[in-house]
Amino acid sequence: MTAQAPDGSGQERIGVYVCHCGSNIAGMVDVVGVAEWAAQHLKARGVVIARDYKFMCSSLGQELIQKDIQELGLTRVVVAACSPHLHEQTFRTACANAGLNPYLCELVSIREQVSWVHTDKTAATEKSKAVISGGVERVIQHAPLEPLHVPIHPATLVVGGGIAGIQAALELAEAGFPVYLVEREPSIGGHMAQFDKTFPTLDCAACILTPRMVSVAANPNVTLLTWSEVTHVEGYVGNFTVTIRKKARYVNTDLCTGCGICQEKCPKKVIDEIYEAGLGYRKAVYTPFPQAVPKYPVIDRPNCTYFQKGTCRACEKFCPTNAIDFTQEDEYITVQVGNIILATGFDLFDPRRITQLGYGRLANVFTSLEFERLSNSAGPTNGNIVLRDGVTTPKTVGIIHCVGSRDRNYNNYCSVICCMQGLKFAHLVKERTGAVVYNFYIDMRTAAKAYDEFYQRVLEEGTLFVRGRVAQVTDAARLPSEEGKLIVQVEDTLAGKQRRIPVDMVILSAGLEPRHDAKDVAKLFGISCSSDGWAIEKHPKLDPVATMTEGVFIAGCISGPKDIPASVSQGAAAAARVLSRIQQKEIALEPVRASVDETKCSGCRICNNLCPFNAILFHEDRMVTEINPALCQGCGTCVAACPAGAISGTVFSNAQVLAQIEGLLLLNLEYAPSAEAAPV
Amino acid sequence: MPDAFEPVIIGFTCNWCSYRAADLAGTARVKYPPNVRLIRLMCSGRLDPTFVLKALSSGADGVLITGCHPGECHYIEQNYKALRRYLLLHRVLEQMGIEPQRVKLVWASAAEGVRLAQEITTMIEEVRALGPLRWPTAAQNKGRQPVMAAQEAVR
Repeated sequence: MTAQAPDGSGQERIGVYVCHCGSNIAGMVDVVGVAEWAAQHLKARGVVIARDYKFMCSSLGQELIQKDIQELGLTRVVVAACSPHLHEQTFRTACANAGLNPYLCELVSIREQVSWVHTDKTAATEKSKAVISGGVERVIQHAPLEPLHVPIHPATLVVGGGIAGIQAALELAEAGFPVYLVEREPSIGGHMAQFDKTFPTLDCAACILTPRMVSVAANPNVTLLTWSEVTHVEGYVGNFTVTIRKKARYVNTDLCTGCGICQEKCPKKVIDEIYEAGLGYRKAVYTPFPQAVPKYPVIDRPNCTYFQKGTCRACEKFCPTNAIDFTQEDEYITVQVGNIILATGFDLFDPRRITQLGYGRLANVFTSLEFERLSNSAGPTNGNIVLRDGVTTPKTVGIIHCVGSRDRNYNNYCSVICCMQGLKFAHLVKERTGAVVYNFYIDMRTAAKAYDEFYQRVLEEGTLFVRGRVAQVTDAARLPSEEGKLIVQVEDTLAGKQRRIPVDMVILSAGLEPRHDAKDVAKLFGISCSSDGWAIEKHPKLDPVATMTEGVFIAGCISGPKDIPASVSQGAAAAARVLSRIQQKEIALEPVRASVDETKCSGCRICNNLCPFNAILFHEDRMVTEINPALCQGCGTCVAACPAGAISGTVFSNAQVLAQIEGLLLLNLEYAPSAEAAPV
Repeated sequence: MPDAFEPVIIGFTCNWCSYRAADLAGTARVKYPPNVRLIRLMCSGRLDPTFVLKALSSGADGVLITGCHPGECHYIEQNYKALRRYLLLHRVLEQMGIEPQRVKLVWASAAEGVRLAQEITTMIEEVRALGPLRWPTAAQNKGRQPVMAAQEAVR
């Protein structure tokens, strides 16, 4: 495996740069020794210089490489530092600035894969040598490449019409670019539309949300697709083809004025499990709430008397504009977009899973979402906080925190919003009923602007706080004073004793969970999610709204529990990321692509069925296969499959991988001159 | 022979899941033995069985193949193709007289740094128990040093 330099001088001139990363690498790896070893033992492989430096990624470190490229005429560069996912671009740019093709640089990881995971300094140093040796062998096989430039379609798809999605859509539309906002419910608004007040300011949720809903719908750049779901996504960054199913509304939106007569006249009452959290009713033809956007209702086919029994048609009879259309069918539309923002939100933890808390069994145990509806002046009780019987005002209320969160049996994570939500409930109960309120908490987490002040306020209002995890909620009275009450059994960890506290109403401040179909969504859009189902960010700190899939961004609770301010920030941030893409008009992509050498292709067609992107086409006339570079995503499956070795893949070619194997196993060392003893 | 046998394992990782899991293991400072050396591919589907044979014949005592969980492939379904090749390769290895446990396939998502570290540790111990492979290498035929000697020479 000899490597001829383009000028025919025999060998590449390779520079090896070993990073200390402060003490991150140098604390576990003898970096100076490794650099010396590379200079000496890999000299025969073309290493002309090997240096170590405190921080290779610093501008001084990069200048070091650039200077060597120019002064020593390096033709290849190997940097041993952190993961290529962090700094590959940095060093490629440094090389490019010095006039070396950026793809002739290889970054090998001796931090994430060596110094941070090993404990034996000698072994870590030896492994670093092997890793560098692998990088050197690999880089010899690199070829100069040019990035692929992909045009960016100016339209964007936003999936999810909650506050995060609305914000993202607004930012993009106001910047003058087309947006498709897809929402699977009949109206946008998301969970926020269900709330009464928002912590810590106690703004009315509807008052601050509905103007946003209206302006997003009114913006001419926004195509609002409610009662719709994305069914298929094809393509890649800059040019996605998205298929959207517009579910049949059975209402002609061109004719409907949103007058609401159909809802009045519909004889069929249905328990509203989604918007009213099961506490209230809606009709079979409905808009989820009066301020719904769009204003057009939908007919709930499984519950509609006409669809089920063939008679009724009351809505059709009374509609003044003849907008009811029972013949509508689901419609599939296809749109072209350059980027996608996913803001699909969360599901509430189902407290039925914690049977000892009694939800679903004891009538007066409520979930947080149920209480939101109960306290909402537009809700089923007009904002009267009453027990399940609909009339009795509670005199004592217990609010249980961390339901389904911070619990090894359910979810380990903290759901972020439940402490503040519990405090908000405490305030509302106190304000509206004057009841005695207990908060059962593990720790109070009120870490955001004005949150702790709100906690202080609730404390001053006289709400009682009991620190301890609730063991159970029961109606089995032991004392006469407990008769007819719900008894909260709790270990008061501050008082150091077990307590039984009788209350009239229990509110479970339930945690947030990924959407039940989060994994399907992840698969549909090609993003990754954790085993819980939360979407994984490109970088949890520095790139929280991007995903590892180019062109697909995330905002709001799809990546984990968030409060409203954080969701709004993320919606705007994701839009900003998309806007910068659109403004650049094109994006440079890694030139990782497969190609066929037609002179070697035997026409066996083994590769033809392997490509999920339909990039491989077969020319019957010439009996050869060709790969369409615009469709190829660079996975390399066809490269691995070709029995003739006719397909090769850039960036991860056979020669590169095989050479890296040799290097990692230190087979290259015997290339060293036999006069090893001679000083080098 | 060194007094204690330290196996060398070549690990193939997918750019989208297991390589990031390895990164995550690093960031979280999860420890595993240094006997594994990783190679990044774009997808487990890129894994040409030749790579495995090359690694074993060049001195590796084991090969770890990692990819995204079934259904989570970044390239839709290519990890299933890796699985097919892996199962076939196992039969070939057996016929060649190589313990199939020396080549292992593990699924690891980008979030499973701890799991990947555990799988690496387990595999190292399994291969350690099997002992050195000592494949009569093409390298030796050409007069090259086998990896073991080369590694001693490094020190």
